[in-house]
Amino acid sequence: MSAVLARLSRERLLLFGLLLILLLAGIGWLGPFLVDTRLAEIGATRARRPPDMLHWLGTDTQGRDVLAALVKATPKTLEIGLLAGLIGLSIGGTLGLLAGYLRGGVDALIRTLADIAMTIPAIAVLVLVATNVRTMTVEAMALIVAGLAWMYPTRAIRAQTLSLRELAYVDVARLNGIGGLQLVVTELLPNLAPYFAASFVTAVSSAMLATVGLEALGLGPQNELTLGMMLYWAQYYGAVLRGMWWWWTPPVAAIALIFIGLLSASAGMDRLLNARTRTEG
Amino acid sequence: MATYVLRRLALMLLVILMAMTVNFFLPRAMPGDPVEQQLQQLSAGGGQTGDLAATAASMRTRLGLDQPLWRQYLIYLANSARLDLGVSIANYPQPVIDAIRAGLPWTVGLLGISTLISFSLGTLLGGLMAWPRSGWLVRLIGVPVIMISAVPYFVLGVVLLASFAIAWPIFPVGGGYPFSFLPRADWQTLWLIAYHGTLPALSIVLASIGTWAVAMRGMVVGVLGEDYITLAEAKGLSPRRIFLAYGLRNALLPQVTHLALTLSHVVSGAILVEVIFAYPGIGYRLYQAIQAKDVFVVQGIVLLLSVSIAVTTFLLDLIYPLIDPRIGSGRR
Repeated sequence: MSAVLARLSRERLLLFGLLLILLLAGIGWLGPFLVDTRLAEIGATRARRPPDMLHWLGTDTQGRDVLAALVKATPKTLEIGLLAGLIGLSIGGTLGLLAGYLRGGVDALIRTLADIAMTIPAIAVLVLVATNVRTMTVEAMALIVAGLAWMYPTRAIRAQTLSLRELAYVDVARLNGIGGLQLVVTELLPNLAPYFAASFVTAVSSAMLATVGLEALGLGPQNELTLGMMLYWAQYYGAVLRGMWWWWTPPVAAIALIFIGLLSASAGMDRLLNARTRTEG
Repeated sequence: MATYVLRRLALMLLVILMAMTVNFFLPRAMPGDPVEQQLQQLSAGGGQTGDLAATAASMRTRLGLDQPLWRQYLIYLANSARLDLGVSIANYPQPVIDAIRAGLPWTVGLLGISTLISFSLGTLLGGLMAWPRSGWLVRLIGVPVIMISAVPYFVLGVVLLASFAIAWPIFPVGGGYPFSFLPRADWQTLWLIAYHGTLPALSIVLASIGTWAVAMRGMVVGVLGEDYITLAEAKGLSPRRIFLAYGLRNALLPQVTHLALTLSHVVSGAILVEVIFAYPGIGYRLYQAIQAKDVFVVQGIVLLLSVSIAVTTFLLDLIYPLIDPRIGSGRR
C-alpha cells in the first residue's frame, strides 16, 4: 500500500488532476455551509443583480443566486459523469474482456461494433435519443451518455487482455485446471485493474463531454441544475450578449476546471502505466 | 489492395445502414404517437378545432404510417437514398434536404478551414515539443495550449465571444454575414464571411490544436528512438533534415489515422460552436430544429452527420495506402 502511495505521490500530474476534481466535488459538500441552496430555485431572490455582499456571484434573470446554483450544479454534473463513466466502463470492460479472451468470431464482432460506434458522431445519436425522451432526468442522462462511452474502454481492455492471456502464469493456471470464468476473474482481472482505472478516466471524460454538449443544445434535464444547464440558460437568455458576466463565467470556469482535471488525471495515469510496462517489460 | 478497399467500403456501408436503421427505429420505439403529438402542437398553434382523430387517420395514411413496419422501413431506406428526408414542420412545407443544403456549405467551410489550420499547427507544435533541440518558447506555448484543448470547443467559444465581441468588440457577435446584407459573388462578401467566421474558427482551432500536438508529440518521441535516426545522426545529416525528413515524416501516418478517428469528435464540437455564434451552418439549424421540436429536420441532420463522417473516414482510409504502401498490401 505504501509503495502504491509513494508511486502516486511521484505522479504529480495524476495527483493534480484528482485533487482538482475532489476540490470541485468539495464545493458540493462545503458549499451549503456558505450559501443557502434554496436560493437556487427560480424566483428565489431578486433577478439580474451583479455581485454584491448579499449575492457573492450575483443573480440571473430567473431570480436564482448564481453561487447557490453553482453549489448545486457542480456535484450533479460530476455525478452524471461518474455514473455514465461507470456504466460505460462496465459495458466496455466486459466486451473488451470477452473479445480479448474468446478471440475469433466474438472478437471480430465486438471490434466491428466498436469501430462503427466510433465512426458515428456521438452527438448525433445522443440528440436523436434525447429528443425522443419525454422528461430527462439525471439518471436517464447518464444512461444515454454511457451508451457512447464504452468504445475506448473496450479497445483498451481488449488489447491488454490479448497480451495478458499469452503470459506464462496464465498458462500455468490453465494447466492447473482453472478455466473459463474463474481464470478471467482470478488471474486476468487483478492484472487489468490499472487499465480499468485508466479507461474509467477516459470514459468519464468522454461521458462528461457528451453531457455538457447535449445540455448546451437544450436536451439536458430541464428540471435539474447542472453546469451544462446553467450555461444553456445563460446562453438562452443572452447573458453573454447582455454583459452579465457573473452569470456565465462561474459555469464556464467550473466546466473548464473539470476537464483540465480529467485531462491531467488521464495523462498522469498513462504515464503511470507506461512506467509500469517499462519496468516490467 | 482490392480486398482492403472492399472491406473499407463494406464498413462504410454498414455504418450508413446502421445510422439509417437507428434513425428509423428509435423514434418509433419511443412511447407516444408522433402524429397525435404533432397535430396537438399544430392545433395549439393555429387554434384549430375539429375532429382530431379523423385528421390523425388521414395524416397517418398520407405519411404511410398505416403500412406494416417492414414496409415503412424499406420505403424509408429508398426515400433516404433519393435524399427525400421529409418536410420541415416548423417551416412547412420546406423539404428537409433544402434546409440541410442551405446550411452545409457554411459548416463544411468553417470546419474544413479550421481543422486544416489546427491540424497543421498542432502537428508541427507536437513535433517540435518532442524535439530535444527546440527552444523554451515551444515549451512555453505547449503547456497552455494542451490545457486549453481539455476544454470543450463551445465553452471556449463563449469565452472568445465575451472577450472579442462584447468586452472588446472587434468581431461581430454572430451570424454568417450582417443581417441586412445580401450575399453576392464578390470580394466584399468573401471578406464579410471570413470576418464573421473568424471567432468560430478560432474557437475550433484553439480548442483542438492541443489534441493534435499531444498525439504528434507521442509519435515523434517514439520515432526518435528508432535506429534509423541514430544512423542519420551518425551520417552527419543536419538536425533540421533529420527532424523534418526522418522524424516528422514517419510520425505523420499515425497522425492521419488519428485524424480519422477523432473526426466525429471534432464535428460534434463544431456543431456546438455554431450554436454559440448563431453561425448559419448545420449545427445551428440542428439547435433551432430541437428548439422547435422539428423532428424530421433533426433526424435529417443527424443522418447527414453520420453519413458524411462515414464517407470521410472511408476517403481517409483510401489515402493511407498512398502514404504508406504497407497498408493494403494484405498484411494488416
